[in-house]
Amino acid sequence: MKSRIIPIVRKEFIHIIRDPRSLIIILFMPTLMIIIFGYAFNSDLKDIKMGVLDYSGTEPARQLIQKFTSSGYFILVDKYQNLKQIENNIKKRKLQMALVIPADYAESVLTKFWTPVQIIIDGSNSQSATIIQNYVDLITADLGSTLSLTDFKLPFDVRVSIWYNPELKTIHFFVPGIIAMILVMISALLTCIAIAKEREEGTLEQILVSPIRATEIVIGKVIPYICLAFLDGLLIIIVGVLWFGVPFRGSIWLLLLLALVYIYTALSFGLLISTIAPSLRVAMLVTLATTIMPTMLLSGFIFPIESMPRLLQAITLLVPARYFLVIVRGILLKGIGFQYLWQSTGILFLMGTLFLGISARRFKPRLE
Amino acid sequence: MPEISVYVKNLTKQFKNFIAVDNVSFEVYKGEIFGFLGANGAGKTTTIRMLCGLLLPTAGEGRVGGFDIMTESERIKQNIGYMSQKFSLYNDLTVYENIRFYGGIYNLSNHQLTENTEALITRMHLQDWRNRLTGELPLGWKQRLALGCAVLHDPKIVFLDEPTSGVDPISRREFWDFIYYLADNGKTVFVTTHYMDEVEYCNRLSIMYQGKIIALDTPTGLKKAFNQQRIEEVFIQLVDR
Repeated sequence: MKSRIIPIVRKEFIHIIRDPRSLIIILFMPTLMIIIFGYAFNSDLKDIKMGVLDYSGTEPARQLIQKFTSSGYFILVDKYQNLKQIENNIKKRKLQMALVIPADYAESVLTKFWTPVQIIIDGSNSQSATIIQNYVDLITADLGSTLSLTDFKLPFDVRVSIWYNPELKTIHFFVPGIIAMILVMISALLTCIAIAKEREEGTLEQILVSPIRATEIVIGKVIPYICLAFLDGLLIIIVGVLWFGVPFRGSIWLLLLLALVYIYTALSFGLLISTIAPSLRVAMLVTLATTIMPTMLLSGFIFPIESMPRLLQAITLLVPARYFLVIVRGILLKGIGFQYLWQSTGILFLMGTLFLGISARRFKPRLE
Repeated sequence: MPEISVYVKNLTKQFKNFIAVDNVSFEVYKGEIFGFLGANGAGKTTTIRMLCGLLLPTAGEGRVGGFDIMTESERIKQNIGYMSQKFSLYNDLTVYENIRFYGGIYNLSNHQLTENTEALITRMHLQDWRNRLTGELPLGWKQRLALGCAVLHDPKIVFLDEPTSGVDPISRREFWDFIYYLADNGKTVFVTTHYMDEVEYCNRLSIMYQGKIIALDTPTGLKKAFNQQRIEEVFIQLVDR
């Protein structure tokens, strides 16, 4: 009967409003998190420390060096005399890469088909190394076209089209994932704490002794937190998109609507955990562990699902964030409509309802 | 033959290796004030929990208000009120909000809810505290509120688990006045306590020790049987055995 759900909903809202400190944390923290995570996951590189070993000392060589330094990506740390110095400085981390120009550079560039120039990159951070390599490609491709008199193939692999504006690209890629992660964590925590706290304080017993049904309790608990989590979601989407300049090519209403479904799933998941965990503390820890870790590792947030072993790929099917990432990335970056997203949405809704159902059954008034 | 409100036979509850309630049998009649005396950990709360449908018995049978505790616990809940040992109302809700909440949970109509709420507030002298947060109330008043909420929906049978623990003597007096009032109105009151003096107020009482009932009679009957002036002495004698 609906009328029994309303007192529960009303009570939850009173709890929320009577605790302004928690409210501020709930609303403020995710916003802070998305900014921090955004910067943490930003894998662009600026001011790459470059060393130069110029054996030729000629004008064309200086032009080459200048091409690097004026690109905005590289900073010239120093000019060195031999490879040993370069090696030492890379080891000391004073340099991230080095440009070695052969003695015959000037003549070679003007007369030969191709001129070998050595780029040494500190590969100990393979992610930066790849990015540096791509910047080098960008610069040398550009240089090659200005120097050449005829059309000939460059010995470099031109990857300009993919890595155009690489800085923003990585952030565009990560912000949806961060949104998914924060949202699932906050939502699950909200309901999980709500129930676990009542159990610990003993107030749950008083409710269970009444004829109210488990489903009524469960629905009554979820509804107020849908509103709260939605507010959170709105905030972090706005902040994430505006602060980091992520493109928004799709419909915001669609995104908000589908975010509601995702929130519903996450809230139900938190509820489920609260019925399993024996205490508030354990409940919180389990919630954090099962929302953050799978979302970060198994949702396609950072690591592509396609490159995972089959068993893990199967496991990713259980991670709600996986489906929401399809939705968020699709709407933000590709601007696609619901016709491509209904499967992901449907799965999320089913998962949420399943979690709710299991929670209600476990709620069966048998306090053990 | 007086109507039986609560009936248990061979009721047992076992947690892993610990038997909390051991083969307990008794009957409680309608309109009776039935006391359940025993030390902490004797099994009183566990017994009440099973009768209220909060816990599944390991073995045995029981009926509350005519309904089976194993299979009809939802029907039982419509007819009972419960006040737990630990304060289980919301400290961050006002007195009024708490009452309104429990009234809503029991699905009282708006009219009924208003009527019962005002009656409760008046009866328990909570007028001044109406809009204050429940957490601000002194303990005795909190317990009064909890007792009121337990009977807000006018249940036929009321289970009170140590309702006067830690409460000042005046509040305790008022409590028992209220319990008498309930019994006078035909309600069955099942009270657990470890205050020896309170058991004098009960129609009949049973003494529980380590999960078993070791005595069951009227207070007078027990005192006569053991030739003691006070129940306390009876209790000590029994336990010593």
